[in-house]
Amino acid sequence: MFSKLVPIPSGAMVPDRDVDKSPILECINLGVTFGGLKAVENFNLTIGRTEIAGLIGPNGAGKTTVFNLLTKVYQPTKGTILLDGNDTHGMSTIQVNRAGIARTFQNIRLFTDLTVEDNVKVGMNNAMGYNMWSGIFRLPGFWKEEKVAHQRAMELLSIFDMQDLADAKAGSLPYGAQRRLEIVRALATNPSLLLLDEPAAGMNPSETAELMENIRKIRDTFQIAVLLIEHDMNLVMNICEGICVLNFGQVIAKGSPEDIQSNPTVIEAYLGKKKEA
Amino acid sequence: MTILSNLISGVSLGSIYAIIALGYTMVYGIAKMLNFAHGDVIMVGGYLCFCSTAYLGWHPLPSVLLAMVGCTVLGIVVERLAYKPLRSAPSLAVLITAIGVSYFLQNAALLLWGSDPKVFPTFFNFSGKSSWSLFGGQLNVSYVAAITVAACLVIMLALTAFTGHTKMGKAMRAVSEDKGAAQLMGIDVNFTISMTFAIGSGLAAVAGVLLCSSYPTLMPTTGSMPGIKAFTAAVFGGIGSIPGALLGGVLLGVIEIFARAYVSTQLSDAIVFAVLIVVLLVKPSGLLGKLVREKV
Repeated sequence: MFSKLVPIPSGAMVPDRDVDKSPILECINLGVTFGGLKAVENFNLTIGRTEIAGLIGPNGAGKTTVFNLLTKVYQPTKGTILLDGNDTHGMSTIQVNRAGIARTFQNIRLFTDLTVEDNVKVGMNNAMGYNMWSGIFRLPGFWKEEKVAHQRAMELLSIFDMQDLADAKAGSLPYGAQRRLEIVRALATNPSLLLLDEPAAGMNPSETAELMENIRKIRDTFQIAVLLIEHDMNLVMNICEGICVLNFGQVIAKGSPEDIQSNPTVIEAYLGKKKEA
Repeated sequence: MTILSNLISGVSLGSIYAIIALGYTMVYGIAKMLNFAHGDVIMVGGYLCFCSTAYLGWHPLPSVLLAMVGCTVLGIVVERLAYKPLRSAPSLAVLITAIGVSYFLQNAALLLWGSDPKVFPTFFNFSGKSSWSLFGGQLNVSYVAAITVAACLVIMLALTAFTGHTKMGKAMRAVSEDKGAAQLMGIDVNFTISMTFAIGSGLAAVAGVLLCSSYPTLMPTTGSMPGIKAFTAAVFGGIGSIPGALLGGVLLGVIEIFARAYVSTQLSDAIVFAVLIVVLLVKPSGLLGKLVREKV
């Protein structure tokens, strides 16, 4: 299927997604209703294989609901989600994760009692091969797998320079580091599409600037697509190649950052209607 | 010497409680439910072992293995049929179901094996002796007691290694903290919970054999009192914590035996539960339990 592979830090090869121009994610007329409330309606979105896309909109517009639909926390009541051309209809959360969608959470949901490294390894769970007995008795297979897992975890942590924190309890990390660890944990599941729910929430301007660099770096290194929800317009306008604006569950605008910034409907949704003089 | 002898029986009884308590604590930690049918799984384990040796004439070792496999399967089946459909139901509904399963198992045993007590065979009898005689016959340590304590320690160490170093163990700890997030990281929550029940029930079979070897009468209600005591031990040590189950179990066993020996046989259970109440008043999360603070 792929004619070219590119190496990533761990020495593994990932598909060079520039070669394959077909989109990684396509949402077609996606919709969900809770009771009588249409939380998301007629949601259409296409994301390229190595695109960084933004999903913005006022509070309560349905952004996180879209994430929950993509990860099958909610089953959509209408429409289709194509991941890499395959219909995800009827898939469970786990299956979608294995098919390549990983996410972070608006309110941090790390495994606070586990160490930083174990949090990352939980993400790698499916990729790790050794079984229960070799783990209890520390058989040779365990050490081999464990070494590979440890190396991979360290490499992933090195994206954010977090190797030194590997043995700390995740719950003891400062807020910004917890947000970064969530991204690392999601990356550990080896996704082709990374969903970031307000990655810069609560970060100061210098942390945000660093985060922007790192999101780009992640995309370039792992050759994956990123869809992010964010209220920090500076971040969105700087790193997103395509932006989708939601309001009251409906897409009100789509396009490049320049298009969105000058779109009257978007300005109205954020600032309200201009009063006639 | 009597003190030492009582201490040994206390630690041995406590080890049995600890092994049972592990089942309660693991299931509570991961599935956030109290499996009150756990005590009756012990009884089933005892009967399976009894039947294969007494009726089929099996060697003790394969019959213990049969009991473990049988209880593991029972644990998985009960979880699938009774608890899994209630995964998102209120915890009270699950609790009542567990009590129902407990009565179901007791009555099924009553139908299958009758109400008359069975005398459990002596497994731990080597070259005609069942105990070591130490200090010129002043102190007798039964093989059962020694094997029980050893089994308990081995199980504790194995479980600690399991939860700390295997991917299934890490998955269990992840599920115990946040089922939703674990699922979104690709962990099969249902499978993980099934595995927890399987491990807990397999351990219950071991506890059943050890219990019946120390106190060799087997009835359909054999499991209920040790089950409740072990639950108490789990709460005592801090429910959800593996070392807590060990500490709680051993302390409870020692307190029970000492109360029986030095205070009153009839009052021993009352004393055990009185100690529990005092501990919970002073430290509501149990000895090694973590205080869960509500986030505001």
